[in-house]
Amino acid sequence: MKKTKRYTAFAAALLLVLAMLAGCGGGTGNGGGGNGASGTDGSAPSNAPKKETISIMVGSTGTLLDAMKAVAAEAEKKLNISVEWDIKPDGAEGDNLVKTRLATGDMADILAYNTGSLFQALNPSQNFVDLTNEPYMADILDSFKQTVTSDGKVYGVPTGSTRAGGIMYNKKVYKELGLTIPKTWAEFMANNAKIKAAGKTAVIATYKDTWTSQLFVLADYYNIQAQDPDFAKNYTANKAKYATTPAALRGFQKLEEVYKGGYMNKDFLATTYDNGLKMLAEGTGVQYPMLTSALDEIYQNFPDKINDIGIFPEPSDSPDINGLTVWMPNGLYINKNGKKVDAAKKWVEYFVSPEGQAALSGKLKADGPFVIKNVKLPDDAYAAVKEMQPYFDQGKTAPALEFVSPVKGPNLENITVAVGSGITPAAKGASDYDKDVEKQAQQLNLPGW
Amino acid sequence: MIRLTVKTYSYWFLLPAFLIYFVFYLLPTVLSLFFSMTRWTLTDWDFIGFDNYRTFFSETSLNIGFRNTLIYAVVTCVFKVVLGLFLGAYLSSRVPFKNYLRSVVFFPTLLSTIAVGIAFSMMMHPSQGIINTSLAAIGITGPDWLGNTKIALLSVAFVDVWKGVGIATVIYIAGISAISPEYYEALKIDGGSARNAFWNITVPLSRPAMNSVIILSFIGGLRSFDLIWAMTKGGPGFTTDLIASIIYKQYQAGFYGLATAGNVILFIGVSLLAFPLYKYLARSEVHL
Repeated sequence: MKKTKRYTAFAAALLLVLAMLAGCGGGTGNGGGGNGASGTDGSAPSNAPKKETISIMVGSTGTLLDAMKAVAAEAEKKLNISVEWDIKPDGAEGDNLVKTRLATGDMADILAYNTGSLFQALNPSQNFVDLTNEPYMADILDSFKQTVTSDGKVYGVPTGSTRAGGIMYNKKVYKELGLTIPKTWAEFMANNAKIKAAGKTAVIATYKDTWTSQLFVLADYYNIQAQDPDFAKNYTANKAKYATTPAALRGFQKLEEVYKGGYMNKDFLATTYDNGLKMLAEGTGVQYPMLTSALDEIYQNFPDKINDIGIFPEPSDSPDINGLTVWMPNGLYINKNGKKVDAAKKWVEYFVSPEGQAALSGKLKADGPFVIKNVKLPDDAYAAVKEMQPYFDQGKTAPALEFVSPVKGPNLENITVAVGSGITPAAKGASDYDKDVEKQAQQLNLPGW
Repeated sequence: MIRLTVKTYSYWFLLPAFLIYFVFYLLPTVLSLFFSMTRWTLTDWDFIGFDNYRTFFSETSLNIGFRNTLIYAVVTCVFKVVLGLFLGAYLSSRVPFKNYLRSVVFFPTLLSTIAVGIAFSMMMHPSQGIINTSLAAIGITGPDWLGNTKIALLSVAFVDVWKGVGIATVIYIAGISAISPEYYEALKIDGGSARNAFWNITVPLSRPAMNSVIILSFIGGLRSFDLIWAMTKGGPGFTTDLIASIIYKQYQAGFYGLATAGNVILFIGVSLLAFPLYKYLARSEVHL
């Protein structure tokens, strides 16, 4: 009697568990599948290539998405491959999404993503198709290829133009005040004093959007490289540090000097990137250490002011060292574990072809010279972009450190805010950053850390 | 012998609940202990022992984080306990528009924390925000609420109190309405004043409610994250970083193992503070 009761209870419990598991199973069954039907498989052989759909994951900020849509429309006519857009957030949130989607095998067929250190963190050999031997690779500049190369294999193609990091300035105000482009840091500081005396903001700081605070340090890399050509190599190998390399420390010191001079706008901790662009365009703020991708946004909001904006490199301490630090465009990568690798390969080939690039640059205003051979800057390029060209022609450019070294600490923007607002002295900021970098290198398991 | 209690149900019926508890609670807890000792990229992991803990403790901003977390938890907790008590007592007494006032106090709790954070960070803008423009109208120059490193954390704590005091008030109202009216009648017969009623009856007898408020708001303060993230992101620099925001930054940087180690540390830290506090409060309740 008692025994039967116990068995019944056990059976009832078991039943409950089974019902529960069945419920869960039903749920997961649909989740993994992904993009569903791979075309109707009636497959009667016909002359026209079968209509296919690939998915592309891309961020939504800036003009890249629109430009890629223009390419996709052309590609659909030509290749009969249509595109389903998979929009991701930009910034750190997007980075996490990409890593999670790769880890769960749920990545789109093509991914548009950063080059350089962020790309290296994605475990390229496991996730992306090796494009080293594609014929079009011959047309892509080596300076770009090195930023999408891992273990000697090239995995990506560029999505647009280069950008430069430097001091963007308002040419009109420069003219009004009779200023000339500074070749050295001392001249730059002298300009700042004159601008301040004229009652305008000399250096725009927008630390509410913390990432904008990094430019004085990052855009100084050309100057570091000019003085210490092995810095990137030694830095990656844990043999050089920001705090102990005088050339590298200068970036943090420059940030501090600008703060100490009182050259920044009031309320810089509450000022946003958009406010900063407005100040620059309207000339209430005269100089803004920034990436030229800001040109797109100025053009969208103040189209009549765009040609008042120019750029010069972050000045060094010597007039002989004067060159631009360049940011490479993002890359397109093909998901190795995707279902439509062949179609994706065809699409990418079209994307980098002259036709594809023509469609792209029709929509995408260049923020700097292109990295595909024979793709030239259009005549209506922004004035600032034309101002960049001579540095490229004379070979006075260097890629930013994050493109030549996988090492980049995640907290740089908080550290530069602290230094740039007088909370932390420059030397302490640099050594804080070295610690931050050490943590990242250990997490990436780089040799020598 | 007659057994007084009859076992009505078999323990087997606990199995489904236990399985859910195991899969969604115990298993992740144990796994997070494990993953906190790995270098983890979501797909694969290397076991690295206590390196993550070592790295986490050598974090530059961690000292600030620990201190800030404690300050934040204590400040928000004290204000919620005290303000909640007065509001609760006031709103339990006979006041005009009682129900309306009660909903006014409770209203902020219904809002999304992120929305509150964004709204307040706009109102606290040093020159254009409504707070400082109103202060300027009466001749006071307001500080930079979120940019001044000395007061930024307190500004956020103030918003947290504004948003959270409604819950505390409701708990107090429930506690106060449970006090038998006979005590108040007896006091009235003896000729006690309203002030006597508050200090000698309401405060001691709403002790259980107060203890719930203390525990809830203290633990909430220790784990607080969303408001600080919406308002300052731990800045300027690292001056308003809490443990939780440091952990989030690690996660954001893709250091999953390290972030997990931080969470284990936070879990242990909260337990070490909260359990003794709870014990202490429970004991003092018995002594009433």
